[in-house]
Amino acid sequence: MAIMNIREAISSTLMAEMERDSSIIVLGEDIVGGAGTAGGPEAIGGIWGTTPGLYAKFGADRVIDTPISESAIIGAAAGAALAGKRPVAELMFADFVGVSLDQLWNQMAKFRYMFGGKTRCPAVVRLIYGAGMNTAAQHSQSVYAMLTAMPGLKVVLPTTPADAKGLLTEALRGDDPVMFFEHKTLYGVKGEVPDGEHRQRFGEARMVREGGDATVVACGRMVNFGEKAADKLAADGIGIDLIDLRTTSPLDEEAILDSVEATGRLIVADESPPRCSLAADIAALVAAKAFTSLKAPPQMVTGPHAPIPFARELERAWVPSPQKIEDAVRRALAFR
Amino acid sequence: MQLPRDELIGAYRRMATIRAFEERLHEEIKTGEIVGFTHLYCGQEAAAVGVCDHLTDEDMIVSTHRGHGHCIAKGCDVKAMMKEIYGRRDGLCKGRGGSMHIADLSVGMLGANGIVGAGAPQAVGAAIAARLDGKGRVGLAFSGDGACNQGTTFEAMNLAVVVKAPAVFVFENNHYSEHTGDSYAVGTSNDIASRAEAFGMRAWRADGCDYFDTYEAMRELLDYVRAGNGPAAIELDTERFYGHFEGDPQRYRGPGEVDRLRETRDCLKAFRARVGEAKLLDPADLDRVDAEVAQLIEEAVTEARAAPPPDPADVAQDVYVDY
Repeated sequence: MAIMNIREAISSTLMAEMERDSSIIVLGEDIVGGAGTAGGPEAIGGIWGTTPGLYAKFGADRVIDTPISESAIIGAAAGAALAGKRPVAELMFADFVGVSLDQLWNQMAKFRYMFGGKTRCPAVVRLIYGAGMNTAAQHSQSVYAMLTAMPGLKVVLPTTPADAKGLLTEALRGDDPVMFFEHKTLYGVKGEVPDGEHRQRFGEARMVREGGDATVVACGRMVNFGEKAADKLAADGIGIDLIDLRTTSPLDEEAILDSVEATGRLIVADESPPRCSLAADIAALVAAKAFTSLKAPPQMVTGPHAPIPFARELERAWVPSPQKIEDAVRRALAFR
Repeated sequence: MQLPRDELIGAYRRMATIRAFEERLHEEIKTGEIVGFTHLYCGQEAAAVGVCDHLTDEDMIVSTHRGHGHCIAKGCDVKAMMKEIYGRRDGLCKGRGGSMHIADLSVGMLGANGIVGAGAPQAVGAAIAARLDGKGRVGLAFSGDGACNQGTTFEAMNLAVVVKAPAVFVFENNHYSEHTGDSYAVGTSNDIASRAEAFGMRAWRADGCDYFDTYEAMRELLDYVRAGNGPAAIELDTERFYGHFEGDPQRYRGPGEVDRLRETRDCLKAFRARVGEAKLLDPADLDRVDAEVAQLIEEAVTEARAAPPPDPADVAQDVYVDY
C-alpha cells in the first residue's frame, strides 16, 4: 500500500497502463501543454496535473495535445477506438461535454448496437467536474446524470485514490466507452492505494458507513459530504448506511435496495439540479422496488433548479452541503 | 490509362452494382416493404469507386447517410446490406442499423452515419491509430457539400493538419445539401477544396462523374498522404440523380434537370464510352457484367424478402460488450 492523492493515483495509473498496453493513447487540450510556445512542450502536463511525464515517456504519437476542438477530440477518440486503439480523451471541464455531445451520444454510445454488436469502442473520456471552486455556471456542473441516461456509455465517479486507480484500470481494460468523472475538489484527497494491479469492478457500490437508521446514497463529492454528516449524526446516536455508488452506469441496485429494506429511509445526495437527476432516478427505483419497506418519503438533497452561481455565498447556497444531508436524514427519521 | 483489363472490369462491376442496387431500392421502396429513411447514391458511383479502388481492407473509411455506394465500393457484402435495409436478423448489422448505419470493420468500413459531419473527426482518429501502426494506412472521410458546413468538419481538418495525421477528406459536391443548393449554402462560391487549403492542407479537384479523373487524382493524393506528408483533401464534382431521401418531391429541381444529368453526367455511360473509344474493353464484356450484376441484385432482394425478421427478445442485446 502506498499513500497518495487522487491526482497521483490517476497519473500513475495512466503511466502504468500506457507502459503495459501500447494501444493506449491520450489526447486533449493542454494535456502536454506549451506546444508552439517558448516554454516548449510539457510546460503544463495538464491543467489538473494528471498527465505530467507522459509526453516525455511516450512521445507525440501517443500523447496528443489538441486544439480547443472538443468535437474533434471526442470524435477522434471514437474513431481511434473503432480502429483498435484505446484512447483516453480529456474534457478539461465536464461542462464542455455540450460542445462534443454528438460524438458521445449519437456516435460512441451507439456504434456497437447500431452495427449489430460487431464493433468495440473502448474509449475512456475523462471529465473534470463539480462545483466548489467558484468557477460559475459553465465550469462547475456535474453532468453525470445526462450521460448515465445514455445506453451504451458507462459512468464512473471515483471518490478515493484506491478507487481512482481501480476504476481507471478497469476502464482501460474493458471494451466499452467509459465516462470517467474526476471532481475538481477531490484531487487532493489522500488515501491508501494497493500496489501492483488493482481493478475495481463496475456496478459494485462501496458501503462507506453502516449505521442502520437511514440509507444515504451518494456519488462523487457528496460521499465526502455524507461522511461529514454521518459524523455529526453519530454524535446524536444516529447511524446511517452511506453508499458510494462508484458507478452510476451500471448501477448497483442491490446495494441500494438491500439497505433501504433494512432502514426504511432513503436520502439521495446529488450535486445537480433536481429534475431528471440521479436523485430522482434512485428515488423512483426505490419507490418501484422497495415501496413497502419505506417508512418515510425519499429525501432528495440536490441543488435548486438554477444554474450554478459564482459568488461564494451563492455557490454555497447552491451546493448540497453536509448540513443539508444531515437535515434530510433528520427529516426522514422524524416522519410519522 | 494504365489499368489492366480485369481492374477495369472490376471498377465497372462495382459502379454498376451500386447503380443497380440503388435503382432497385428506388422501386422496392414504393412497395412499402422497406421502412424508414433511404438516401440513394445514384449518380455518384464513380466517386466512391474511384476513391475506394485505391484502398485496402486495412484502410479505414467513414461514410454518410448516403452511404450505400461507399459500402459497396469498400467491399461490404451486397446481400447482407440488402437484408439490413429490409431490417432482417441476418442483415449486416442484425437489422439494428438500417440504411443509415451500415458498417463492416472487417473491410475497413467504420460506419455510415445519420448525423451530417459526424464522420470527419472519426476519420482523423482512425488516421491517428493507423499512423501508430506504421503500415501506411489512412483514415478517410466521405463528406458532402452539406457536411462541409459543419463545425465538426472544420475541427477535424484543423486537428488533422496540427497532428499531421494520414487523414483524407473526400468532399463529394453533388450540389445539394438536402434541398438547398451549394451556390447558396457553401459561402466560398461553391468551392470546398479551397476551404481545405485554407486549413493548411493540399487539396485536389476532380470530376466525380468520371471514374478515370477521380482515380488518377486519388492516386496522386494517396501517394502524398501515405508518404507521411499529413492530411489531404479532394473535392469531387458529382451529381445526385434522386432526391435527398426517397419520397422527396424535389420541387427544387429545374425543368428537365434530372433528365439532362442522366444524359450528360452519367458516370457509367462515360466509362463505357471511354473504354470503347480506347478499345480497352468490348461492349459485350460490360454487357456481361451488367447481366451478372442484375442477377446478384435480384437474388439479394429475393433472399432479403424471404429472410427471417429479428427476434424482439433481442432488443437490448449488444448495447455493451460487458455490463
